[in-house]
Amino acid sequence: MSYIIESFRQLFGSEPRRPDKSDISPEAKAVHLYKKQNPFDKYSFEVAREAHTADSKKWRNRRWATLLVVNLLFVVSYYFDIQLLEGALTASRFMGFHMADLNSALQVTLAFKHMVLNLVIGTATVFVLWLLLGGRTFCSWVCPYHLLSEWAEKLHLYLAGKGWVKDHSFNRKVRSLFYVIFALLALVTGYTVFETISVTGIVSRALIYGPGMALIWVGLVLLFEVFYSRRAWCRYVCPIGITYGVVGTLSPVRVKFVLKDCHHEGDCRKVCLVPHVLDMTVKGKAVHTEVDVSADCTRCGMCVDVCPTNSLRFDIKGLGKHL
Amino acid sequence: MSEQKKPNKPVKRRLSAKQVEQNRREFLRTSALAVGVMGVSLVGLLPAVQGKSLALRPPGALKTPLDETEFLSSCIKCGQCVQVCPVNAINLADLDKGAGVGVPFIDAREQACDFSCDGLQCVLACPTGALTHDLDYPADARMGFARLDNPRKCLAIQGKGFKGQARGPDFEGILRYDDVDRWNPIPVADYPYDLELCDLCMRQCPIEIRIAQCAAAADEREQNKDRVAQIQGNECPPKHAIAFEAFGDEEGGVKRMKPVILDGCVGCGVCEMICPPEPPAIVIDIKQDVDHMRGVS
Ligand code: SF4
Ligand code: SF4
Ligand code: SF4
Ligand code: SF4
Repeated sequence: MSYIIESFRQLFGSEPRRPDKSDISPEAKAVHLYKKQNPFDKYSFEVAREAHTADSKKWRNRRWATLLVVNLLFVVSYYFDIQLLEGALTASRFMGFHMADLNSALQVTLAFKHMVLNLVIGTATVFVLWLLLGGRTFCSWVCPYHLLSEWAEKLHLYLAGKGWVKDHSFNRKVRSLFYVIFALLALVTGYTVFETISVTGIVSRALIYGPGMALIWVGLVLLFEVFYSRRAWCRYVCPIGITYGVVGTLSPVRVKFVLKDCHHEGDCRKVCLVPHVLDMTVKGKAVHTEVDVSADCTRCGMCVDVCPTNSLRFDIKGLGKHL
Repeated sequence: MSEQKKPNKPVKRRLSAKQVEQNRREFLRTSALAVGVMGVSLVGLLPAVQGKSLALRPPGALKTPLDETEFLSSCIKCGQCVQVCPVNAINLADLDKGAGVGVPFIDAREQACDFSCDGLQCVLACPTGALTHDLDYPADARMGFARLDNPRKCLAIQGKGFKGQARGPDFEGILRYDDVDRWNPIPVADYPYDLELCDLCMRQCPIEIRIAQCAAAADEREQNKDRVAQIQGNECPPKHAIAFEAFGDEEGGVKRMKPVILDGCVGCGVCEMICPPEPPAIVIDIKQDVDHMRGVS
């Protein structure tokens, strides 16, 4: 239960709770204490880190492959007319079976105030799908904008490393504000206003139906992310992330933090798109020996890839013991 | 809103002057971001509010121009209608259409909907009902209403014939010609005409063609009228869409004729596409259809 509550808090923009001494379980306390008394040997840690970085692209490669395959399936289906995956990411048919993006379906329903059966079926299917796969997993494993943004982020980090640009943060609560405003706008104006500026929809359609002027907007958002604020769209604006995040609170697929081996040097927080979800990796903050990362996590696996001591790993709740 | 005014400060800790300054800046930045993003999305909304997003929509786009608002709200912008159309009549709107980014429209002059699909595939493909599923046959569609926009350009009115490719050799539009291939459309440029008096708009009108087919089928099965009715059902348009009316004096043996639009017109746009003069004499008026404006149904 506390996982769900904490997930909601973080999704809507609150900072992670700093744990009270009394919240920390005795086992976790023992580990914290042990670590205090036996400080890590910096040198051997550096060696471990060096060794690790050599082969640390496993999840990234899988993720990129999945993302490309899904999006290319749309393109190929239309281009060769094989009717495998028709439509675009907003709504589609997979081998004739309806699917609808949850946020797009929500916007259309609010605007139109009516839902035809096909949309109900499509929404239910996608809801169940992401309930099983983990909500915001959509963001990093399917959304084509995510990939562009990931590359923009690389550029941003390179420039930031040179000291040429600086990351400007925003208050994360603004994303909830956008969510509410876009929902209200759809309801009041009868237009899916967000859809006009949704970079996910624009990129998906551009891939399938050919590029258009709307890509200029996508370009501007990317420039903003490169030069002004790291991954600003996904962190502070996109309501799709919140929608899928809410679904993900009930999902069994999670990234799990194991306190025992963690060195608290924070490599994970440096690569993470939503670093607040990794707050428990800060020294002394983990309340249990194992903690699930909250549902705002996109399950991209970057932290899993980067952690030199394998303290972060994928976990399927309820299945863990049988794997 | 009030939540947003409080920068994220943990309750108990006192903030240093520097942190307070940082928080103040973050708050200002965040406000600017909120204003910026909302501004952009409202700019996108503007053309729709001003009614500038109007365009010829696929069949079943909730029927009438009055429904444009509902059409825009219900379309999920997936392009499934685009994918199924055999003549590629449907395009998705770009940024210049404002709130209509990603919604389908038809540029009839470039490529009209000629109902090549027979069964309104786009309507069947639409997942949200933006193309209303109430339509069963082409004759039920209400996309607009043809209008003789430029009578002086009309070849028939001038008493002129037409010879050659209707829209010239470079025109890429396609049409289905029953005498060439019952199922597959071919380029209009591959089907030259030789007409004593131009009647292309009527000749290619899908509704008129269907009426002729139904009549032929009925003749063939004269003996078994009941079955004919059963087979044809309301697939057969009950009303003519366009006709030619003689007027004026005869000139050199050719009677001058005038196209008149009748109540069966669904506004598919084939007449606009096929009309040889540039700009076309006949166009689709998207602000009316047979059930509205003219008060007939
Ligand atoms: S969990 Fe994060 S802080 Fe801990 S060792 Fe791994 S990368 Fe470092
Ligand atoms: S009715 Fe058929 S031919 Fe006309 S636009 Fe729809 S799919 Fe295309
Ligand atoms: S199929 Fe329907 S929802 Fe999809 S783009 Fe066409 S009209 Fe819009
Ligand atoms: S008159 Fe023109 S718009 Fe009307 S149904 Fe015939 S071809 Fe289509």
